[in-house]
Amino acid sequence: MRCMAKKYPSGLKVAQWALGFGLLALASGSAGAQTTLPASAISNGDNAWMLVSAALVLMMSGPGLALFYGGLVRKKNILGTMMQTFAMMAVVTVLWAVVTYSLAFGVGSGHFAAFIGGFHNMFLKGVPLTPIFEYAPTIPGQTFMVYQLMFAIITPALITGAFAERMKFSAMLAFMVLWAIFVYSPMAHMVWGIGGLLNASTSTTFGSLAGKFPCLDFAGGTVVHVTSGVSALVTALYLGKRLGYPQKPMPPHSVVLSFVGACLLWVGWFGFNAGSALSAGSLATSAFVNTHFGAAAAAIGWAGAEWIRNKKVSALGAISGAVAGLVAITPASGFVTPMGALWIGLLAGVFCYLMVVKVKNVFGYDDSLDAFGVHGAGGTIGAILTGLFAHSGINAIFGPGKATGFFEGNHGQVVNQLIGVAIAWAISIVGTLIILFVVDKLIGLRVSEDDEREGLDLTQHGEEGYDWENA
Amino acid sequence: MQKIEAVIQPSKLDAVKEALVEVGILGITIFEARGHGRQKGHTEFYRGREYAVDLLPKVKLEIVVSDEMAEKAIQAIITAARTGRIGDGKIFVSKIDEAIRIRNDERGEIAL
Repeated sequence: MRCMAKKYPSGLKVAQWALGFGLLALASGSAGAQTTLPASAISNGDNAWMLVSAALVLMMSGPGLALFYGGLVRKKNILGTMMQTFAMMAVVTVLWAVVTYSLAFGVGSGHFAAFIGGFHNMFLKGVPLTPIFEYAPTIPGQTFMVYQLMFAIITPALITGAFAERMKFSAMLAFMVLWAIFVYSPMAHMVWGIGGLLNASTSTTFGSLAGKFPCLDFAGGTVVHVTSGVSALVTALYLGKRLGYPQKPMPPHSVVLSFVGACLLWVGWFGFNAGSALSAGSLATSAFVNTHFGAAAAAIGWAGAEWIRNKKVSALGAISGAVAGLVAITPASGFVTPMGALWIGLLAGVFCYLMVVKVKNVFGYDDSLDAFGVHGAGGTIGAILTGLFAHSGINAIFGPGKATGFFEGNHGQVVNQLIGVAIAWAISIVGTLIILFVVDKLIGLRVSEDDEREGLDLTQHGEEGYDWENA
Repeated sequence: MQKIEAVIQPSKLDAVKEALVEVGILGITIFEARGHGRQKGHTEFYRGREYAVDLLPKVKLEIVVSDEMAEKAIQAIITAARTGRIGDGKIFVSKIDEAIRIRNDERGEIAL
């Protein structure tokens, strides 16, 4: 039975329109280089996939990350931990609508255009229901906006893992609002925004510094994982260790919850990576396949390392490995071959295992839930491996026939990857330190010792996570 | 009247309950406990950190019996709970001053 589908313009037609509009925009010297396409440019297939992807990424935060982190803390802090993620789902959303979308994806002015967007899109002004050509020519601008919002939500939520069980709820909210504005928005703008310094896409050229150091970061290895992971380390060092750490045993109160959370993260990550194709075609397929392969290989890598070291494979180890692989494949997902993804996963699994098990004990910092060990380290190594394994056959982002990665012949790309990583590290360290200092001086970051002993659930939220005595 | 407290392996609880019923003892209170005598614990691993778990799951049971029944009860518990290995548990016996049935004020051995 033939489907009586509406006729959509061919890709060539869309390109012609886009070119026409683009030239018009340039010729008119408009304040923003953002070009809006007509509604007929929308592909229902692309939009359907993108809306699903956005939902999948939100699921990664709630309940994915909430459960993953929640199971790793002590019973008395389960709700407090979950609330930190949930608060991001609410607060970052409102902040995004008000100002941070504009800062991340708006068009900046002058030399600043490479580093931060402007205020033109505050309150989502000028974010159309028709496509924005420079970002995603076949889906409504608001689909793009809401998809990116889910990334903005989960990134700060990841940081909470480092200061688990000891941060005041109010201080965390203040910290996160400032972090979203001063660390996430600039980083997102540099890598993905129009005119961004690290933007590798040719359709977002604007301003003299645009794409000066094109960084291959398909779904946010630097923007999401390096920034959150490194910021996490800074907060862990600034706040100090939990009472009793490391002498007092603080094992996870429910690896079961963490297991469920990790599986939700794995499935949700298909939205995170494959959705970053911003379309439903073969690039999304590549990213989907790579994501899955990376997770699987990394789970085996971590588990294998554990087997060698402890003679046993733990459930927590296996799921942590999978998450590490998903982190590392994030920047690579739309650039590498499936075999490349297997390699990246395997290497990341072993690398992150060593970071969490060996390096953490050597330096003795209390990164409670290994936000740095998995996301900071995984994101860093993922970005570097992307520079090695990227292949133009999967994604000719620099132009047809132009090599993308080291093994294909583009030896310089690894340098650009390192620059992107270095900038992520720098902005995370400097930004996070300043914000921590300010919030600490204004309202204090850490709960009192008594509150820490009693637990966040009771002291911060007046609740108990589990009440089995009265069941 | 004697109170008999026994700390046993959780896996032996069903056998001990049956053995007590067989000698005619119907009242029993069970506590889920943790502890150890000479039994060594085990190590658990979470993300590379070792946790020594030396408080092992145990079951503590309490029964109050007449003086005549005490030895029978003790033997029933021992027979049912013994494996011969370290960790079998212990029994403690103490005197009870009074026993009262809440339903109808009965006191003494008839309340047991």
